[in-house]
Amino acid sequence: MRGNPEAHELIAPGSLAAVLELLSSAPGEWTPIAGGTELMVAHAAGQLRSHKLVSLWGILDLRFIETGPGSIAIGAGTTFSDLRAHAGVAAHLPLLAKAACLIGSIANQSRATLGGNLVNGSPAADSSPALLVYDAEIEMVSVRGRRRIPYAAFHTQYKRNAMAADELLYAIHLPLRFAHHRQYLRKVGTRRAMAVSKVALAATALVTGGVVNEIRLAAASLAAFPTRLYQTEAALLGQPMTPDAIQAARNALVAEVQPIDDIRSTAAYRRRVAANLLEEFLIGLSSEETPQ
Amino acid sequence: MSACWPILHMTVNGEDRAVQAPPMKRLLDVLREDLRLTGTKEGCGEGECGSCSVRMNGELVNSCLVPVLQAEGACIQTVEGLAANGELHPLQQAFLHCGGAQCGICTPGMLMAAAQLLAVNPHPSLAEIREGLAGNLCRCTGFMRIFESVVFTTANSAEDSANRGAAQAALAR
Repeated sequence: MRGNPEAHELIAPGSLAAVLELLSSAPGEWTPIAGGTELMVAHAAGQLRSHKLVSLWGILDLRFIETGPGSIAIGAGTTFSDLRAHAGVAAHLPLLAKAACLIGSIANQSRATLGGNLVNGSPAADSSPALLVYDAEIEMVSVRGRRRIPYAAFHTQYKRNAMAADELLYAIHLPLRFAHHRQYLRKVGTRRAMAVSKVALAATALVTGGVVNEIRLAAASLAAFPTRLYQTEAALLGQPMTPDAIQAARNALVAEVQPIDDIRSTAAYRRRVAANLLEEFLIGLSSEETPQ
Repeated sequence: MSACWPILHMTVNGEDRAVQAPPMKRLLDVLREDLRLTGTKEGCGEGECGSCSVRMNGELVNSCLVPVLQAEGACIQTVEGLAANGELHPLQQAFLHCGGAQCGICTPGMLMAAAQLLAVNPHPSLAEIREGLAGNLCRCTGFMRIFESVVFTTANSAEDSANRGAAQAALAR
């Protein structure tokens, strides 16, 4: 049953301050909508629950990429096309640039925003694994002020996050200290474009003296929300990349992840492929020392 | 009730247009119903197939996913805006020449996605053409002829015929 546009109110206050005032005046009553690539799909299917929507599209205070000395700040309203086109993102955050190319299609990338991807909170979110292995921080804003939390603490359960009802996601902060890390991101879907991932894995690691000195692993579609794989990381720290260590890491990953059977794949397939992706990354790590 | 709807202004194919519509009405429906521009087609209605692709402020969008309020003040180009002065756009001529259209429902979206691609990348490789059109599905599965149409367009506009030869050789593989 198609959604009825007359059943939904949509307003565009036009400024960040006005949106925050609105959210504060009636917490939880208004649903922010940016590029609409998620909410308009629900609307088309007659499943958009929110009757009051407030547009974030066109608010330039939310659409920026600022390169600082030690970090890059990305406004929540930055589109994936913006990310693809930004030389600093390509140079310093190659996994995020790659994720931006993997999401949907060109027509989705021109509308979908980084903030929307995170707030929507799909377990399969394409930008999440990259942000997790880059130690991203999330900045939220409300009339009460701003606060920052690690992105790893943002998702709390399936489609739930740490934001209060009057808060808006403002920016994503990425520290630039992974230049010497080996980096990896691979998404496995039904086809290259437009597919929701069956499984995706991102990684950053430093290998020195033949052993893993630092490693971050993160996955999509392997749990109720995108997560770091801390136990698998722990199994790899200090290890040389021997076949035994790689097998132990595979075992740790399979024990740690909690995939489900759904319309896109099966838990067994997701476990197997996730372990294969990890092995692909680790074999790459073993082939050479991290360039210093 | 309709008296309550805002009047929204946009530039569509170079002309100033005003529509009065519910803010959540899809740009697709405004184009087809309010402005009678039925060249833009609806396929899936959920942003997966690209049939409703139009250009908005120089970017490709699925018009089924744009609430019309967000198109306020925008420059929209639909398939009706491709031909100029009674002459088909080079892409349209190429689709005719190469057999890039079969049943036709994906064609307006394919043309707009191809127009977007060539606007930002006048000489795309075959891989870039495939990526540029990856969000557009052809239910007749005529993808090779569609890619060939884009190659033909770029080859005919290219200064270097070497590009044409290389692109067509790539297609043949």
